[in-house]
Amino acid sequence: MNTNKDTAMDSKSSLSNLRSRPLAGTLVLSGGIAALVIGLLVSVSVGAADIKLLTVWQAVFQFNPELTQHQIIQELRLPRALAGALVGACFAVAGAIMQGATRNPLADSGLLGLNAGAGFVLAVCFAFFPGISFSKLMMYSFLGAAIGAGLVFGVGSLSRNGLTPVRLTLAGAAVSALLVALSEGIAIHFQISQDLAFWYAGGIAGTKWEQFNLLLPWAAAALLGAMLMSKSITLLSLGEEIATGLGQRTGWVKLGAMVIVLVLAGAAVSVVGSVAFVGLIIPHIARFLVGVDYRWIIPVSAVLGSLLMVLADIGARMINPPIETPIGALIALLGVPFFLYLASHERREL
Amino acid sequence: MNPARLSPVERQGFVRAVTVMCALGLLILVVFMISMNTGYIRLAPLDIIKTLLGEGTEKQRLILYDFRLPRIVISVMVGAGLAVSGCILQGIARNELADPGILGINSGAGLAVILFLFYFPANEAAPVFLLPLLALIGAGLTAALIYALAFDRHEGLSPMRLILTGIAVAAGISAAIIVFSIKLDPERYQFVAIWLAGNIWGTNWKFVLALLPWLFVLLPFVFYKARVLNVLSLGEKMAVGLGTPIEKERLGLLAAAVGLAGSCVAVGGGIGFVGLICPHLARKLVGPKHQFLLPASALAGGLLVILSDTLGRSIFQPTEIPTGIVVAVIGAPYFLYLLAKSKD
Repeated sequence: MNTNKDTAMDSKSSLSNLRSRPLAGTLVLSGGIAALVIGLLVSVSVGAADIKLLTVWQAVFQFNPELTQHQIIQELRLPRALAGALVGACFAVAGAIMQGATRNPLADSGLLGLNAGAGFVLAVCFAFFPGISFSKLMMYSFLGAAIGAGLVFGVGSLSRNGLTPVRLTLAGAAVSALLVALSEGIAIHFQISQDLAFWYAGGIAGTKWEQFNLLLPWAAAALLGAMLMSKSITLLSLGEEIATGLGQRTGWVKLGAMVIVLVLAGAAVSVVGSVAFVGLIIPHIARFLVGVDYRWIIPVSAVLGSLLMVLADIGARMINPPIETPIGALIALLGVPFFLYLASHERREL
Repeated sequence: MNPARLSPVERQGFVRAVTVMCALGLLILVVFMISMNTGYIRLAPLDIIKTLLGEGTEKQRLILYDFRLPRIVISVMVGAGLAVSGCILQGIARNELADPGILGINSGAGLAVILFLFYFPANEAAPVFLLPLLALIGAGLTAALIYALAFDRHEGLSPMRLILTGIAVAAGISAAIIVFSIKLDPERYQFVAIWLAGNIWGTNWKFVLALLPWLFVLLPFVFYKARVLNVLSLGEKMAVGLGTPIEKERLGLLAAAVGLAGSCVAVGGGIGFVGLICPHLARKLVGPKHQFLLPASALAGGLLVILSDTLGRSIFQPTEIPTGIVVAVIGAPYFLYLLAKSKD
């Protein structure tokens, strides 16, 4: 082991990263928003029936209920595209907060059992309360995410050496395996397994305004909360000792971060199902672009997460029409190589 | 091994190991009797013995020989194979958390099977004989991929990296499985879903015959290599120092582990955690020597799977809960317990 060389390289590279980069941040943010708007327009116009951009514009701003195309846009495409963007932001910001607060570069709501927990509770709901309303479903989804996270972090922190990234990832894999097995058992017993599989695969195809309207307040509140906490999370990401030394009450910050993550992940999972890796990839890209200041990382993650989700959704429709490729699978195919890259370069730096 | 030439300490270990193995064997026999008795139609233990001795009624013989017995035999074999596979992987990786399921070998086998069902949907008769082979190919390719990705030219094979790579590859393969399985028609999908969840679906003597040669070849080979595993589990440098050609031995053992896992998954579906728990339990009972550890793991594996299969069949009658789910419900908490206790 050439520890000395590694440490030297570490400190060098982290020094060059240690400043926040407001200029880069502004550029990335405005560029990202522009790309997101274009992505949303494309997302609304492509699909089984291609619709011209001009028509899209008219459908949004001069809605005429007698035209089929306007109806397709208003009823199907628009809620879907917007929900995709919102969910992407939720997953990405949840990942960013988890990575910052736990100083774990491999953190992601899918990998750490939150999605599986929400999925398990939803399977229970599908099986025992088939006609449950979406707003209640979302509440249960929060609860499930909390169960998954509680198990993973509980087990991780029981061990003597505390929460190392690898240990958390392993605990996440095992908890997910357990919860998925339980959900499968329920699904097989109640014969809802293909319904559940569609849901697990992640899809925003059936999203309606009703769901979007319920998602919006939760997601907006949690994203706002994330922004308000971003400064504390930057401090926490420097290490608990440093944060305490600078006068932070780390316990409260961690609790707040956890609540925000649970709301973000739970809300997102209840709409699109289990989509992993968005929360893993995006914060790393954000950190690469704008430095280590979470006041920039969080908004940039939100925008880039939305962008990724919207693009993946377009891809999911284009690859094999008219069948939709599950969006979760599509993102996993991007995410796995990225995870491997991170795992092989895993050093304790953030 | 000749007990007469052993030192007192070794003799003690030997006696202990033999006792443990006998106890495990007895337990398997007990669960075997219970399992025989479980199902739609109950058979009293006495009837079972009578039938086995050839004095049962036509109906009893049909139930025992054509339905229950093959399934029970297969579950014991699958359990033994998976447990030994896990035991090898733990020895090679020098990590107690290695397991064919966690390393993604099971999902690789699953993907191969799904691809086959997806591209050759019309072939109804073929899968019975082709599935084990396909699963084996899938498992082999996945293992090769994981090995290649985790191998580092400078540091060799780091255990944790092997596991992380395995988890990631398993996630990728699961994604691919979802893509294909959603396009299957509902009937076929049900088959795949249950298969993936790990069900002893081959309740037929043909599957016993399909699995038997693999176990017959691979288990003795692995038992023969027990000493090599002992050396490998000491660490790479130590193994080189003791004159073991590690790359060659490791590849051979890895191939055996993949062969065992692949053939068992083909018949038993994606049963995880057997390869994880059983070597552990065995290590607690007989110590770290692979000469004892391997056979004890095999017995523990057989016991766990036959027990889970019996439970899965009896708890929620008339629904059969796939064996893999029962094993996961038992196994995952144990894994988490190990994780919480492990030091590195």
